[in-house]
Amino acid sequence: MADDTTARGGEPVDEFEREPVPERARLGFSSFVGQYAGEHTAGTELMIGPLFIASGVSAIDVVGGLFVGNLLAVLSWVFLTAPIAVRARLTLYFQLEKICGRRLVTAYNLANGVMFCFLAGAMVTVNATAAGLWFDIAMPGLNDIYPNSVGWVVTVLVMGVLMTVVAAYGYKVVARIANIAAPWMVLVFIAYGIIGARQLGIGSVGEFWPKAQELIWTGGEPLAGRVKFTFWHVMFFAWFCNMAMHIGMADLSVFRYARKSWYAVSTAAGMYLGHFIAWLSASILYAHQLHVTPDNTAVLPGPLAYNAAGIAGVLCVIVAGWTTANPTIYRAGLAFQAISPKSSRYRVTLLTGAIATLAGLFPAIAMKLLDFVALYGLVLMPMGAVVFVDFWLAGRFGFRSRYAEASGVSINWAAALAWLLTLAGCLAVVNMGGMQIYFIGLPGWFAAAALYIVLSRLVQRKEVRS
Amino acid sequence: MKRAAQLVSLAALAATIAPPALYFTGAMELDAAKSWMLVAAIAWFASAPLWMDR
Repeated sequence: MADDTTARGGEPVDEFEREPVPERARLGFSSFVGQYAGEHTAGTELMIGPLFIASGVSAIDVVGGLFVGNLLAVLSWVFLTAPIAVRARLTLYFQLEKICGRRLVTAYNLANGVMFCFLAGAMVTVNATAAGLWFDIAMPGLNDIYPNSVGWVVTVLVMGVLMTVVAAYGYKVVARIANIAAPWMVLVFIAYGIIGARQLGIGSVGEFWPKAQELIWTGGEPLAGRVKFTFWHVMFFAWFCNMAMHIGMADLSVFRYARKSWYAVSTAAGMYLGHFIAWLSASILYAHQLHVTPDNTAVLPGPLAYNAAGIAGVLCVIVAGWTTANPTIYRAGLAFQAISPKSSRYRVTLLTGAIATLAGLFPAIAMKLLDFVALYGLVLMPMGAVVFVDFWLAGRFGFRSRYAEASGVSINWAAALAWLLTLAGCLAVVNMGGMQIYFIGLPGWFAAAALYIVLSRLVQRKEVRS
Repeated sequence: MKRAAQLVSLAALAATIAPPALYFTGAMELDAAKSWMLVAAIAWFASAPLWMDR
């Protein structure tokens, strides 16, 4: 998992917000490799890997699904996001403002901010599982929804307050720590997998695959309350867990700095280090836990990391969680501040962090992270389809692109309805039609694109006729 | 100074991944591997800020 809209070493994009990125500010390929490798090796990876095992996935399905899904994610960045980014060189928000109008962008910011708060909450939860190790508190179980002990509440509150204050007042320090920690964190994540494999009795590379099928990803029944995962679940989850960033176009704000659109292949560093190796490593640690204590189904990154790599392992969880929660809280604050520009950024960030901390108290968000991540992408994805259609297809379908800028409207109802109807339709299909949330993103994107075309022709019918 | 810090950082990265690999092959005990990883972490965070991201 990763957060949104960063560039240049993990610092938030706060330059050229309302103008194209000039030639002198553009960046080389290596800047993006480092950024994506670091951002997608987050504390939440240690939640996601075990949840695959809880879903009863088989070895071939998880490895194949992750390989193909991550490849599709990289291709989505390369062929959908980056080509628009390097042509327009605008932030998503400014581009959306031109298409959708100021008020609709405000609504989008609100949705974005709320989702960021919950995501940051999951990161606070992950860090609390690490910090709580030292105080022997009762930690939440796999199916817990509410906080289960006073110790847990206190630990989350302390971690949340610390992370919030730092996000408000020490953002740049943590951003720098994130950049410095990235190479070390990647190696520790790999170490988790190597140690976990040995703990499971795998003594050589040749033994890995047969034992992986027998002991790690056995493909049996899912744990209670979990959906059975197949190749398709894993593939679509891996493809769409960053749906908001690629087909949702949030990373327009990142790749507007790229000299060439093919630099988006750098996302492979994040996908295959973070969303392949780190997830598989975390899976192996959880498989070992289930092997040793079958009744202990709790997914607690802190204890998992400690058992494998000791204090260095726990340190990695805290650094990974903190360095990704930091920009997430900061950006949620920025999104909310856009709604109320006169508010102090520090106060807004503190308030945002307080909401994230409250969310972090509830383990359900972290324990259901696969579903939450899918929902997060789904909420923001339709606007990506709107941007794509508006950029490439508006002329071909006979309507004006950047309609809000051209007409001066504060809400482009074609974009607003495409967003809301797609979202409502997708959620209805998931909740009433029985389709699992992991599969709805792809048809949802095409539905949003089609709706935007039809509705734009209706909204702009006077211009279309003329 | 910068060159020395880079060498320490490189050694720290090697000491982060080598002990798990040695544990995997049976050449090192897990407790020793954990200790080396902690030493490596301290060395990395002490040396890397001297040359990285400046």
